[in-house]
Amino acid sequence: MMTSPEFAPVMKALSIRVIGLGGAGVTLVGKLHAESPDGVRCAVIHTNSRVLDHSPCDERVLLGAKLLRGLGAGGDPDLGRAVAEDSAEQLKSLCSDTDLVVIVAGLGGGTATGVAPVLARIAKEAGALVLAVVAVPFDFEGQRQRQAQAGLRKLRGAADAVLCLHNQKVCQLWNEDTRALEIFNNANELWAQGVQGVLNILTRRGLIHVDFADLAAVLRGRNSESCFATVEAAGENRSRDLIEKALAHPVLDHGHALTEADALLVTLVGGPDMTIGEVNRIMDALRRQPEDAQFIMGASICEEFAGRLSLTIVAAKHAVQDIDQPNDDKPSGGERPGDPQIETQFLRPPEMESLSASRFVPPPPELTESKKSELFARQGGRGGKMRKTGSRWRQGQLPLEIISKGRFEKSQPTIHHGEDLDVPTYIRRGIKLN
Amino acid sequence: MFNSSPIIVGLELGTSKVCAVVGQLSDGGVLNIIGLGQSRSRAIRKGEIVNASDVAEDIRNAIVEAEQMADVEIRSVYLGVTGGHIRGFNNRGFHSVVSADREIAPEDVHDVIKNAKAINLSAENRVVHVVRQHFSVDGQNGIADPVGMFGARLEVDVHVVHGQFTRLQNPIRAVKGVQIDVENIVFTGLASSLALLSNEQKELGALVIDIGGGTTEFIVYSAGTIKHTGVFAIGGDHISNDLGYGLKVPLPMAEKLKIEHGSAAVDDSDKGVAIQLPCETGLPDRTLQVGHLRRIMSLRVEEILELVNEEIEGTGLREYMRAGAFLCGGGARIPQIDKVASRILGMPASIGRTNSMSGLKSALDQPEFSTAIGLVKFGSFEQQKHLHRTGPLHALKSRFSQFFRVG
Ligand SMILES: Nc1nc2c(ncn2[C@@H]2O[C@H](COP(=O)(O)OP(=O)(O)OP(=O)(O)O)[C@@H](O)[C@H]2O)c(=O)[nH]1
Ligand SMILES: Nc1ncnc2c1ncn2[C@@H]1O[C@H](COP(=O)(O)OP(=O)(O)O)[C@@H](O)[C@H]1O
Ligand SMILES: [Mg+2]
Ligand SMILES: [Mg+2]
Repeated sequence: MMTSPEFAPVMKALSIRVIGLGGAGVTLVGKLHAESPDGVRCAVIHTNSRVLDHSPCDERVLLGAKLLRGLGAGGDPDLGRAVAEDSAEQLKSLCSDTDLVVIVAGLGGGTATGVAPVLARIAKEAGALVLAVVAVPFDFEGQRQRQAQAGLRKLRGAADAVLCLHNQKVCQLWNEDTRALEIFNNANELWAQGVQGVLNILTRRGLIHVDFADLAAVLRGRNSESCFATVEAAGENRSRDLIEKALAHPVLDHGHALTEADALLVTLVGGPDMTIGEVNRIMDALRRQPEDAQFIMGASICEEFAGRLSLTIVAAKHAVQDIDQPNDDKPSGGERPGDPQIETQFLRPPEMESLSASRFVPPPPELTESKKSELFARQGGRGGKMRKTGSRWRQGQLPLEIISKGRFEKSQPTIHHGEDLDVPTYIRRGIKLN
Repeated sequence: MFNSSPIIVGLELGTSKVCAVVGQLSDGGVLNIIGLGQSRSRAIRKGEIVNASDVAEDIRNAIVEAEQMADVEIRSVYLGVTGGHIRGFNNRGFHSVVSADREIAPEDVHDVIKNAKAINLSAENRVVHVVRQHFSVDGQNGIADPVGMFGARLEVDVHVVHGQFTRLQNPIRAVKGVQIDVENIVFTGLASSLALLSNEQKELGALVIDIGGGTTEFIVYSAGTIKHTGVFAIGGDHISNDLGYGLKVPLPMAEKLKIEHGSAAVDDSDKGVAIQLPCETGLPDRTLQVGHLRRIMSLRVEEILELVNEEIEGTGLREYMRAGAFLCGGGARIPQIDKVASRILGMPASIGRTNSMSGLKSALDQPEFSTAIGLVKFGSFEQQKHLHRTGPLHALKSRFSQFFRVG
């Protein structure tokens, strides 16, 4: 088969090692294993021998065989860390002669949470770049959630770049009756797509090339939050479909992640049939942050993608973000929407009154206040009726929306011609306020 | 007081408020509004229910208030439906006149309408309204009633409003869940137009825009019939959200600033004017610029009107809307919105008034109530038709019953 040289995957390919850690990591790398691009080798590491035995990966490492007897770390990250330090040599040989190590894990349990920061450090010492792509637990996992956050901090300190998949966000897609197993399967699907997408960025030479340095630049900053997603579309309206899929993607918060990003990496892979018009249209539709945000785009062409487009988005939000600095003597950095400070403001009763008053049309004058209260008193005595009035103003149930999530969190995004109209108009039009 | 005439109730499940209006048809056929109840809507976003139990309570509250005021018991309602899934389009039905002398009989009219209704909607969609526009006989257009005319080929143009079945069913379920029957569902944009427009205005051609909390409905009349309808899932909440975001204030505060200082246009005189924000947090006082607020707001308001304008452009009917545009819903209260609408839409624009109504007149002439009042009007038309037992209504009823079969 003839491929024009500039479209072919890079010849002296980056050597990449994808390592799955712990239960979730082993599962995911098992999925990735079959279809990983050239130059990518997979390995799995766990403390649980039974789980490891079921992995389709050839390269499997059981940690702490003596100490833990192949039974897992039982949710204790300290054990995970201890057995990793104990097997430092083995981990080091796994990372040698590799340009990039990609750590794939679910944080929150004992093994991955404990091993990941150690592995990241060892890989760097061996001369590799380190990218971690980790899932963090559901909100309901409580203790595990806290463990995961602690592990994440350590990992951010050790790796060059960390990408997070929030299980909770992925779970919004399903209703309460969805079985847990199914949720994980679905989450893993999105996770695998995302990792594949990122690997594609790094292994294919592009028309507009993006490399690891670009990825690391987007993810720079200890406390930045990041997310990533990959979507695909084919057929006649593929560019529009692709945009709609991206904007509806749960991981991207229905497009809010794009608007709010301080740094965005968007890469498009298509076949030789991809047109420059398509690239432009898609990039335009996705470029919706404030002017000063970083926007890195990449595009590459690949025979296997003939007839379809694949879009990978990595978005990062740095710790403090400002849209508009109001005329204010005091620096108001701490007052941006979504800050805890502001959240507590919502609970204040004076605000509630103003809300109810403004949201209401004045009641018809025929019904005076006193008459109304009289009626309400009477209606309490209408015993035996099926319908019953509850108290009208329940303080505990006031809308506690946080603006950054917005009032539209629970509803479908309003997409019109590929544009998310829930995003403030002035932001979409790129209007600076001062 | 005892009155035997039937009551007609309109119920709007709005994003901002749930509102019930009670009307009564006198023996002479005059519609009297005798009661109104409302409660704040906590469980509706963009015109659609997001929490079933809260919405049930809000419905109960509004209904009980309306019952008390009208001194009646409410058993059934005409229910407004809206949401981004609702669409309108025009369709044409054909029919060959079969009788030997080619005189068009009522049966031919019935058949041609039936054919116009046989629309290929995708499986998830259902028809909400089929509104007859005009007939044509052997190519002669614009005929209002073809019965008794002679011709071989009868055609009818209809306007069809449809929406997603499951999303239409949610509000019906919510109402039935509080032991109230639903007489019929009505697109809220259509209802508002019934409350605001006189027959002359419909003949002249008019546009009605209802800007609510989470949705904006529009409806176009020309030559007396409906030519176009639609919904955008954007409204006053978007304005507040934009303000909250841009001015960095919590949503309730943004809502308050919108009402107290908002405008659809930025004036030169706004420059340098500052508002002192109430300081309840113990933080130092903050001020913000009225100009900023109005800039953010005007961009959103203009965008909403531009979206409607695009739709008008598509119909090619702008010149035929000689009565102009009428605004309603809470959004119509935004200062200067009439001027801005007039500029963007290229036609006179004003705040609609619900004046062709007796009863609690002054109290009801508020832009937020247009929908619920229009629902009562829809109901009164239907009930009057019922008395005359015309055929098409029966068809309408049986069509509507499909919403109850499933679930
Ligand atoms: N997305 C996704 N997340 C998972 C999956 N399995 C587990 N998780 C998440 O990952 C966290 C860690 O779970 P495991 O991977 O089983 O933990 P471990 O590293 O094996 O640690 P130990 O079981 O204590 O040895 C859990 O709290 C879940 O939130 C999976 O298949 N997909
Ligand atoms: N004076 C005003 N200025 C700006 N917006 C207003 C004003 N009065 C009401 N609104 C807005 O109108 C919307 C409510 O309109 P309404 O027609 O009652 O909505 P719905 O039918 O969706 O419940 C709210 O978003 C409210 O903030
Ligand atoms: Mg495990
Ligand atoms: Mg309304």
